[in-house]
Amino acid sequence: MRTLRSLLILLVLALLAAPASAVAPALIEKLALGEYDDKIAALNELLGSGDESALDFLQALHDGSVQVAGGKQVLIVKDNAGIDAASGKSLSPLPPEREDVMVNNRLRRELASAIAGLRLASSKRDTRLAAAKALQNGADEEMLPLVSRALAKESDPDIKNLLTLLAATMQLQSKDAATRLAAAKALASSSNPNTKALLLAVLEKKGDAYAEPDAAVRAEAQSSLKALESRLSTGDRFGQLFTGASLGSILLLAALGLAITYGLMGVINMAHGELIMVGAYSTYVVQNLFRAQAPDLFDWYLAAAVPAAFATAALVGMALERSVIRFLYGRPLETLLATWGISLILIQAARTLFGAQNVQVENPVWMSGGITILSNIVLPYNRIVIIVFAFAVLLAVWLLLTRTRLGLFVRAVTQNRAMASCVGVPTARVDTWAFGLGSGIAGLAGCALSQIGNVGPDLGQSYIVDSFMVVVLGGVGQLAGTVYAALGLGMANKFLEGLSGAVLAKIAILAFIIVFIQKRPQGLFALKGRMAEG
Amino acid sequence: MNAAVIREGDSFGGGAAAGGRVLTPGVDVSHKTILYLEDISVSFDGFKALNRLSLDIDNGELRCIIGPNGAGKTTMMDVVTGKTRPDSGSVFFGQTIDVAKLTEAEIAHAGIGRKFQKPTVFEQHSVFENLELAMKTDKRVRASLTARLDSAQRDRIAETLDLIHLAGDADRAAGLLSHGQKQWLEIGMLLMQEPRLLLLDEPVAGMTDEETERTGELCKALAGKHSVIVVEHDMDFVAGIARKVTVLHEGSVLAEGSMGEVQNDERVIEVYLGR
Amino acid sequence: MGPLAAGIGRLYGRRGWSVLAACAAILFLLFPLANLVLPKGSLFYISDYTIALTGKIMCYAIVAVAMDLIWGYTGILSLGHGLFFALGGYAMGMYLMRMIGREGQYQSELPDFMVFLDWKAYPWYWSFTDQFWYAALLVVLVPGVLAFVFGFFAFRSRIKGVYFSIITQALTFAFMLLFFRNDTGFGGNNGFTDFKRILGLPIATSETRMALFMLSGAVLIATLLAARFIVASKFGRVLTAIRDAESRVMFSGYNPVHYKLAIWTLSAVICGIAGALYVPQVGIINPSEMSPANSIEIAIWVAVGGRGSLVGAILGAGIVNFAKSWFTVAFPEYWLFFLGLLFILVTLYLPRGVVGAFDQVRRRWRERRPVPAARRSAA
Repeated sequence: MRTLRSLLILLVLALLAAPASAVAPALIEKLALGEYDDKIAALNELLGSGDESALDFLQALHDGSVQVAGGKQVLIVKDNAGIDAASGKSLSPLPPEREDVMVNNRLRRELASAIAGLRLASSKRDTRLAAAKALQNGADEEMLPLVSRALAKESDPDIKNLLTLLAATMQLQSKDAATRLAAAKALASSSNPNTKALLLAVLEKKGDAYAEPDAAVRAEAQSSLKALESRLSTGDRFGQLFTGASLGSILLLAALGLAITYGLMGVINMAHGELIMVGAYSTYVVQNLFRAQAPDLFDWYLAAAVPAAFATAALVGMALERSVIRFLYGRPLETLLATWGISLILIQAARTLFGAQNVQVENPVWMSGGITILSNIVLPYNRIVIIVFAFAVLLAVWLLLTRTRLGLFVRAVTQNRAMASCVGVPTARVDTWAFGLGSGIAGLAGCALSQIGNVGPDLGQSYIVDSFMVVVLGGVGQLAGTVYAALGLGMANKFLEGLSGAVLAKIAILAFIIVFIQKRPQGLFALKGRMAEG
Repeated sequence: MNAAVIREGDSFGGGAAAGGRVLTPGVDVSHKTILYLEDISVSFDGFKALNRLSLDIDNGELRCIIGPNGAGKTTMMDVVTGKTRPDSGSVFFGQTIDVAKLTEAEIAHAGIGRKFQKPTVFEQHSVFENLELAMKTDKRVRASLTARLDSAQRDRIAETLDLIHLAGDADRAAGLLSHGQKQWLEIGMLLMQEPRLLLLDEPVAGMTDEETERTGELCKALAGKHSVIVVEHDMDFVAGIARKVTVLHEGSVLAEGSMGEVQNDERVIEVYLGR
Repeated sequence: MGPLAAGIGRLYGRRGWSVLAACAAILFLLFPLANLVLPKGSLFYISDYTIALTGKIMCYAIVAVAMDLIWGYTGILSLGHGLFFALGGYAMGMYLMRMIGREGQYQSELPDFMVFLDWKAYPWYWSFTDQFWYAALLVVLVPGVLAFVFGFFAFRSRIKGVYFSIITQALTFAFMLLFFRNDTGFGGNNGFTDFKRILGLPIATSETRMALFMLSGAVLIATLLAARFIVASKFGRVLTAIRDAESRVMFSGYNPVHYKLAIWTLSAVICGIAGALYVPQVGIINPSEMSPANSIEIAIWVAVGGRGSLVGAILGAGIVNFAKSWFTVAFPEYWLFFLGLLFILVTLYLPRGVVGAFDQVRRRWRERRPVPAARRSAA
């Protein structure tokens, strides 16, 4: 008796203490050398057994690093170091004659699912969670026993939920009507948009007959569908609200500078979009500098890029003001044309310096990813940061305009240039500084845009019409107008996009503005007194 | 009294078709008065610009209106030309035309012309063209395309050129004229519209002495065929041309009479502090 | 006939008419001879490419005259005039697409792009476009009606100056987006191309090209004369008065809205006709013709040549476009630098364009040598 027990203990210990590759050599051989069908059979066997120790080998097979030496010995080869797949012992030197084990796409897919299935039984929670999530996007029926088994063993509530839904998805295909009914019911708590397709398939009609013969199952599927759809649509709406706010914050940044220069000098600067582009490219340059000179600090490159973008754009703007725009004072139509010429030059300069293709600006690590709400909506961190950033800039500008002397001068000149000049305000210098400020803000907009979109020479062109619309709609002389107009247009744009697609939404917005400006030419919030009418 | 306006082929603002019944063509001056202002009151945000102002202008008269700043002179002109609606009171052009019922353009067309303080002429056009543009004629688009000046119209323009002393500068660009000449040109343009009543707002502001004198002669020459109201601050100028002077103060008439009478009036002296 | 001829005769002085006659001779005699009659290798041979290029530029010149009428003379800067040009082009394009018949890639009665979209029939707005007279009507009506409606609302609300320019830009931008969509039924971002025939004649032969070239030349001259007539009339003087002092014009008894609307609509129609002449000569029309950049370029043609001078507008269109075709062949990367610089320099230093600068030089030269009784120039 005692001997038997000790033998068993020894066996268990042996099994427990088994090295990583304790998979049966026969199975390994089949996987590496057998025919496709044999491989699949071996795979299923492994799955059925739930043997986690096969993971390394399966992963290696999937990655194509399995080789066979001498027609028999199966090796996992990585970086010129080899491990015998069956025994787990490392081999050196590597046998010279080795053949790659070919894995086609079909097999690779099977391997991926198998690996995921095995991971479900992992001892580490994170691995299991990741595996469960991965399986959501395509799980075969054959995985059902695996999933059920994992479900039975699972204690973590999050993973348990995922697995329940997973099981239900698979059980929907069951032969047994009662199972299907239970599955349909369980799926009501899903928030995965893929489930919707699944439930719809249940309710589909094929000719006269339903795909799903059992009426009770259909009814259950219907109510589950309804619950699912309402959950999804709330998610959708929230997502829309968020993207609307995000777009609005970008428009705000883009148009704020324009509103300041237009309100101040009655100058519509057609090169404004290119100042945005200048800011975006400076961010790119700073990013590259950091990557080359200080790669450890790469995640903080934005701390340098933001002021750099502001400064570069501001300098370019001030240079423009001093060299061209100030000579066209009082001739707004000519200023339009001259600044358009400047924009052409800036675009071509960007093309010549940086190439006509888009350049890559990476988000720092802390801005990548996002918050997931209801499995179908992800709120990206970078957009959240930009919304916060836009309002921070707005606050800074507001403080500057209301609490500093320069701000006082700017407001004075905006309201009554002649009078301001009479009381000693240096209008020419105020013009230059204000133009610099407006351009700098455009640069900040460019910096922000680089984090969420492509940076190319034509970046400014896509935002110039929108910026104009914000300024025209919001009126000049007051920040409030720009803010409301930007946010309003952003929201309206996204909302309409959901209804009728991006292009028609834009057209509708433009049409609305054309009509609005006829009723109220000075915009939403206009300062009495100054309105450049040309 | 009913209001009736005849449109002589012109169309204004919005292109509304000509309508209205004809009572008497043009302005009815059968009672010798061309402009009645009765009990006009206008207030802006609580500030009474005109306070029960009553004033009559005779047909063919040259009347000068003076008064300190804020007396309501410009507001009065605004009311007469329709730019401002009176809160109470009535304005009649002749016996029959109730100004309160007409738009600015209709009032201008009825025969009230106003010259603003700052001369606005068409700088890129010649003096001749300026007058031609102002001329009272069919001003619709199609008519303008095919318009040609006939001899009667040319004569009219020549007459006006003589009147405003610009006959020699007929082909000069209006932008090149002196300030005084621009003022005259504007008066000339006003005349081309054949107004019955002219309102001149500070016509000699910024003029040289010689120009001022000539303007005075011009005003005197205009009276008779036209009725002229001149608002001015230059007392010498006023003394030179006026027969009857009205002094406004705080929105109503303070005194009226010849220049001498008015200058010796106690109340006027008090208000002007001996000016 | 008498007074009409006299009226036209009055438009230009003797020198003007001789210059015009010389240009007409070059266009209608020299070019055809040098292209159709002379053999290809000969010294004075003018290639088909040059003919097409010149024809295209003449269409641009027509647009420049139209633009000059509303900007140089009336003071309305439109940054969306390319839209009317493109709409006229698309109208003609619809006819030309129909004329392809079954010779397209899919050998179907429908144009290729419709087959590609899986459409089975023509949409309603394509009806009758296989009739030339209908297409011609569309060329005039579509830009005209659009301009009229837009202008009616814009001018009536007293929108002026920079705001007006911006909303014209928004208008053309919106239409460009609309036409980029495949669903709109105008070929999406590829537009219309691969034309085969016009009015029964094959479109790519030298003879047809020459005919289109001469037609463009004739329309250009006609446009110039018509514009000259307008500008020299009282109507033209009212327009410049509106440009200089609109409130004064109102006060003088004119309705500026009517005048602006009239010239705006006429200008749009002229652009539409130019577009219709342009498309068969270049063989393609796509939504990028409606881009704001194109429309703004039209303004620079007029600015370079000289606002307020009709001949200046034609000159400007010629100068800028010949420069463009030269640059894009010789130094393509530098074209935009040149164009941008042109914008800046012309607005800063040449406010009256080439013609204005030329006038200034001539005046200064004349002041040095007193000439007895300098002739009065016509208005």
